[in-house]
Amino acid sequence: MGIDLAFIWAFLIAFAVLAYVVMDGFDLGIGILFPFFREKRDRDTMMNTVAPVWDGNETWLVMGGGGLMAVFPLAYATVLTALYVPLIAMLLGLIFRGVAFEFRWRTKRWLPVWDWGFCVGSTVAAFSQGIALGALIEGIPVADRAYAGGWWNWLTPFSVATGISLVIGYALLGATWLVLKTTDDLAARAREIARPATYLTLLGMGVFSLWTPLIGPHYLGRWLSFPAVIFSVLVPLLVLACVAVIISGLNRQKDAPPFLAALGLFVLGFAGIGISFYPYIVPPSLTIQQAAAPHASLAFLLVGALVLIPIILAYTAYAYWVFRGKVRPGEGYH
Amino acid sequence: MLENLDALLLARLQFAFTISFHIVLPAFTIGLASYLFVLNALWLITKRQVYEELFEFWKTIFAVAFGMGVVSGIVMSYQFGTNWSQFSDKVGPVIGPLMGYEVLTAFFLEAGFLGVMLFGFHRVGHGLHLFATGMVALGTLLSATWILAANSWMQTPAGFGVNEAGQFVPLDWWAIIFTPSFPYRFVHMVLAAYLTTALVVGACGAWHLLRGGAPRRSSTMFVMAMGMVAVVTPLQILAGDQHGLNTLEHQPAKVMAMEGHFDSHPDGAPLILFGLPDQKNKRVDYAISIPGLSSLILKHGWKEPLAGLDTIPDELEPPVAVVFWSFRIMVGLGMAMLLLGLWSAVAWWRGRLTTDRWLHRAAVVMGPSGFLAILAGWITTEVGRQPYTVYGHLLTAESVSPIAAPAVAVSLLAFIAVYFFVFGAGIFYIVRLMARLPAEPEEEVLDKGPVRTAGITPGPAQGTPQGDTHGH
Ligand code: HDD
Ligand code: HEM
Ligand code: HEM
Repeated sequence: MGIDLAFIWAFLIAFAVLAYVVMDGFDLGIGILFPFFREKRDRDTMMNTVAPVWDGNETWLVMGGGGLMAVFPLAYATVLTALYVPLIAMLLGLIFRGVAFEFRWRTKRWLPVWDWGFCVGSTVAAFSQGIALGALIEGIPVADRAYAGGWWNWLTPFSVATGISLVIGYALLGATWLVLKTTDDLAARAREIARPATYLTLLGMGVFSLWTPLIGPHYLGRWLSFPAVIFSVLVPLLVLACVAVIISGLNRQKDAPPFLAALGLFVLGFAGIGISFYPYIVPPSLTIQQAAAPHASLAFLLVGALVLIPIILAYTAYAYWVFRGKVRPGEGYH
Repeated sequence: MLENLDALLLARLQFAFTISFHIVLPAFTIGLASYLFVLNALWLITKRQVYEELFEFWKTIFAVAFGMGVVSGIVMSYQFGTNWSQFSDKVGPVIGPLMGYEVLTAFFLEAGFLGVMLFGFHRVGHGLHLFATGMVALGTLLSATWILAANSWMQTPAGFGVNEAGQFVPLDWWAIIFTPSFPYRFVHMVLAAYLTTALVVGACGAWHLLRGGAPRRSSTMFVMAMGMVAVVTPLQILAGDQHGLNTLEHQPAKVMAMEGHFDSHPDGAPLILFGLPDQKNKRVDYAISIPGLSSLILKHGWKEPLAGLDTIPDELEPPVAVVFWSFRIMVGLGMAMLLLGLWSAVAWWRGRLTTDRWLHRAAVVMGPSGFLAILAGWITTEVGRQPYTVYGHLLTAESVSPIAAPAVAVSLLAFIAVYFFVFGAGIFYIVRLMARLPAEPEEEVLDKGPVRTAGITPGPAQGTPQGDTHGH
């Protein structure tokens, strides 16, 4: 019985992380793209496209982290200690970008400071998340219910590569979001950026897929085992299909398809990573069951999660609906 | 102490530093969210424009404070894993789900409706907008409920067992959530949040009354705020007294430290008003005390016996001086608030509430006192339960992460630098926003909604006092 709940929770935590990645991904992407838009007016509009929703997006990060503590406390304890440096960097980055949403409008003299904070904060947060992903794939040693490595173990060429790839991927999400939400010059510029970002994201995913088996041969084994092998064959094909949709959507001046297909890329990449991890939650040390909290904890929170997550999704969708449509320059919410 | 500057001490410093910044922001936003809801509702009911203007005014301030509250809170939720991993592994099964419910019921609710509340006025109807404001306020209160349940469980743990891996295992969720100290802590903290906000709003109103600008809005603010102070402060003192009695029952060592009682008093303990606790030699130097009063407060009898720290093993004593002093700071500020409330009540009785300039000056001075009292109160609570994180069951030393001291030191320095820079700027913007109350338009009853006007044109943010109040 307890076993089943642990798997349901692994799925729910994965869902929260995915929700975080795609939702905060595009608003971090806006920050990453700030250097490509020099006009204050453009930056105002860009920020206004996400101002009403960024807080909700980021709450999924708290859900992923807080949820992990509740249902996989051992994983939470070991992973967060192992990734100490990148996580602190991420938190500091999120501070700068989070306050920029309000501070930018409260000052003229320090506007460049908060623009800079928004951009660097977003980029650092994205890069640190990529590093964390790379380090997790490379594996975290655990002994005696505690992290058993040094505090620089996370720094490897692979994790740096995943960090860079994630920054590019978020930039792609951000650019296609701008295509969807803005007009005229701004949208045109976003289209120009989205194209190379798509190719670079594809490159990143390719490198990642070839490099991962070199790190742990067991990953290759997992990909080739049945039924995962079906996905292993399908995922690359679907990835190419998404890329085709993005590029043709950009060429034909479509608004929504590039963004949706870019989300598709992330979902596919995420599914691929999920398949590689299973049945571990902290590869190669802890399986989902080993890290799970006692049954009573899993059950208690699950009741709430099953009732509340649909409600949360409903009012989140409502909030997006209230702010649907294009944001025009000057028509700030502020 | 310096030779102990190890990972444990650094981690404690880091936790204390980051939570101290965090707690004052939620305290302010809990109070302000409810205040905004009241203003919004009053405006819809009475259609008096002053309420709409005040809503606009405080909404902008709320947005800035809320943003800072969120980012400092995210740091907190990750810090348990980075710095307190043994704690997380062992206690996660019990308090993790409480924080999980906090995210599910509170954080999503606030975040989901915040956008509508701040930016959605022209996109939804008045009723829905009020509803969104209400949901944000409700979210802040739910958040306080869950996090205080988690903290109270750590202070007075109940309803759990321990498994073979050394983890705390939940047995009875009802007992875990409603621990003996939870009701007291919850009431005391929520009142503290309301009081703190009222003091800030009152100081802002008083400041503008003193400067003579925007009299209608300043006096509305001031009257509302002082009403709160006058009513809530006595309640808060009562709640604090009950909280203390409860603590005496469940964490006697903490109360001994608060009172500075190194020795047991078999026939009536004195109330030490001031003095210098000397933990090494187990005495309070230069003590000014009132005989028997401590027994009277805590045991309701002058001659009742009270045990002292001599009944507690040395290594399980909390640091006495910190607890002793922080407690006196909180109570002293509480008494000052009581005086302010009484003064306001008398001035109101005589019809001089909005004209008594000395009262206004006092209200300005008391503006930040709520924040100080909250910090002092939490320091009393948290330091007073040392050396445990889970009182009586898990030592702080058994909670820390196996992480190298330099890592903690560097991150602590980074947090200090970033917090002072970022939150310093934020506090500056908030104070500047409060100092600007644009000139008053004619009072009229308009069916016009709150629009967020400041900010879209950068004008009012910097230097140019657009329509500011100087001229009056
Ligand atoms: C949910 C848990 C929780 C909550 C709501 C708080 N704390 Fe706490 N606090 C802890 C959980 C904790 C802890 C994890 O248990 C610590 C870390 C190290 C320790 O000794 O206890 C702690 C330590 C700790 C210390 C250091 C004590 C010492 O080392 O002697 C201070 C000064 C504070 N806290 C202050 C606060 C403040 C100002 C809070 C206001 C919100 C607060 N705490 C809320
Ligand atoms: C160690 C303890 C604490 C942790 C881990 C913590 C965690 C958090 C987190 C993660 C957020 C951001 C949520 C978001 O994204 O919207 C937050 C905000 C908040 N927290 Fe805390 N918190 C702690 C202590 C407290 C306490 C003691 C209170 C109140 C009594 C409190 C009340 C709030 C409120 C009302 C918010 C909403 C944001 C705001 O109003 O500024 N928190 N907290
Ligand atoms: C003047 C009368 C007051 C008394 C007798 C009093 C009593 C207490 C006691 C005994 C505690 C420690 C409880 C424990 O940890 O077991 C406490 C904590 C606290 N106090 Fe007070 N208090 C007073 C006024 C205030 C005021 C005016 C504020 C803020 C505006 C405040 C805010 C707090 C906070 C935030 C805590 C920590 C949270 C908690 O444990 O509730 N107190 N108080």
